[in-house]
Amino acid sequence: MTGMVALYIFMLAAFTGYEVISRVPVILHTPLMSGSNFVHGIVLVGAMVALGAAHTPLEKSIGFIGVLLAAGNAVGGYVVTERMLEMFKSSGRQGSAAGKRSH
Amino acid sequence: MSLTLTYSLTPELAIQASYFVTAVLFIIGLKRMSSPVTARSGIIWAGSGMLVATLVSFLYPGMSNYWLILAALVIGAVLAWWSGRRVAMTNMPQMIALYNGMGGGAAAAIAAVELYRGGSEGLASSALAVVGGIIGAVSFGGSVIAFAKLQGLINRSFRFPGQQILNILILLAALVLGGAVALQLDASAGVVTAFFVLALVLGVTMTLPIGGADMPVVISLYNALTGLAVAFEGFVLNNAAMIIAGTVVGSAGTLLTQLMARAMNRSLGNVLFSGFGDTGGAATGTVSGSLKPIEANDVGVMMAFAQKVIVVPGYGMAVAQAQHKIWELCQLLIDRGVTVKFAIHPVAGRMPGHMNVLLAEAGVPYDLIADLDEINAEFETADVALIIGANDVVNPVARTDKSSPIYGMPILNADKAKNVIVIKRGQGAGFSGIENALFYLDNTRMLYGDAQKAASALIQAVKAVG
Repeated sequence: MTGMVALYIFMLAAFTGYEVISRVPVILHTPLMSGSNFVHGIVLVGAMVALGAAHTPLEKSIGFIGVLLAAGNAVGGYVVTERMLEMFKSSGRQGSAAGKRSH
Repeated sequence: MSLTLTYSLTPELAIQASYFVTAVLFIIGLKRMSSPVTARSGIIWAGSGMLVATLVSFLYPGMSNYWLILAALVIGAVLAWWSGRRVAMTNMPQMIALYNGMGGGAAAAIAAVELYRGGSEGLASSALAVVGGIIGAVSFGGSVIAFAKLQGLINRSFRFPGQQILNILILLAALVLGGAVALQLDASAGVVTAFFVLALVLGVTMTLPIGGADMPVVISLYNALTGLAVAFEGFVLNNAAMIIAGTVVGSAGTLLTQLMARAMNRSLGNVLFSGFGDTGGAATGTVSGSLKPIEANDVGVMMAFAQKVIVVPGYGMAVAQAQHKIWELCQLLIDRGVTVKFAIHPVAGRMPGHMNVLLAEAGVPYDLIADLDEINAEFETADVALIIGANDVVNPVARTDKSSPIYGMPILNADKAKNVIVIKRGQGAGFSGIENALFYLDNTRMLYGDAQKAASALIQAVKAVG
């Protein structure tokens, strides 16, 4: 990936993020923040690669902490977002959604 | 031998193709999460993207330390799964802060591994690693403090004169060290370590003076920053999935931060550099009239024969865990043909949208829940406005009294309803310490008591009407 291509990706992704969120209702602010928090849990793959290439004990320890934290970000972000969104239902389909799981 | 066949056999292509799929799944997932109808499926789309990317990353050629990776992955995942399942809905904001901080810390860790190794990939790569590292470390330090504050582990805000200058000095020092590392002037382990320590300290000192009420905006800001840090480290590692996902979150998070700040009637600069958040001016606005108590039975009759009831819940209701009882009460009223709506102020919970989550937990359908702009005109046609655990967000002083600290904040016009019932524990002032003029109005009655007990009494009262 050349620098210019990377820059294009950066620009287009920035606009995408802006557009995707721009008309979100207030009621979804908290779950959406949690959801985007989950999405940057993708740092996990970077942490895996960094640890995979680590040689010295220092690099290995930091890499280990990195993977640990990143896994926490990804999994924790998923679990809490899913828990919140699972509860959103309209009065129309209340029965079916309520029966699926109990918390 | 055709080129496509050779391609199809390399793990690199499999990895790149999977990352592409992941990026698409993330964007679709986020899009779906921005509407209540499709939100639930959105996280599943995004989740499957994450799963694909994680599994395929084990295929990277030339990787070692597989057992270490697996061990860290399992430990982190299990701890997060366990804590995420257990956390109460009222504590959700600080949990998001904590998971977000972990992401920032991971981005900083990637930068640290690269920089300790000695950036051999050239200036651009080292510079991006340094920038991502400082942002990630600030986000980590700041998010941990945000968590500690909302969790009640840190109860006071630390402010002293010259605090902002100190923060700027720390930032400058960190940038100088980072520059030295990136330019290979001195990339020794000691300098790299000092750089990361300073960045962590900056995150802590930036967040300590910010009050609890402003914390949601700050958490959202750190969320955006972590996204950016991830994107920068993605450039360093040449990882398209990280670049795209990180940048999308960075820009979406920035917008979300602005929306939240606006919903709370605060500017971002105001949040970061001033201290209204938890001080609450000692304004003693004079209020005339008296507090008029009422019994639950009378309220029950009033609501049972009303045409329209608007419930205004506040964080106090959630603290008392009264949302289930309130919804039970509302269902009784709906069965009697009463129109019931919930009016949610943007700052009704701990962060915008938090109250919706708490009501959703109790089973309230989201189409009965209206936000400030939708509902404010309807109060005039409401027979009863039931205020439960809310205070400042219904204080008409915000409209009239220019000397009040909450002047100018958009409020719910509950005072326009024909009858206002306030469920309140005792005769104290609100979060900001300001007397509430609403409580003294002629059409207002006070129902004293614990929110949950009061709601139970109201249920009995409505049932007794028959």
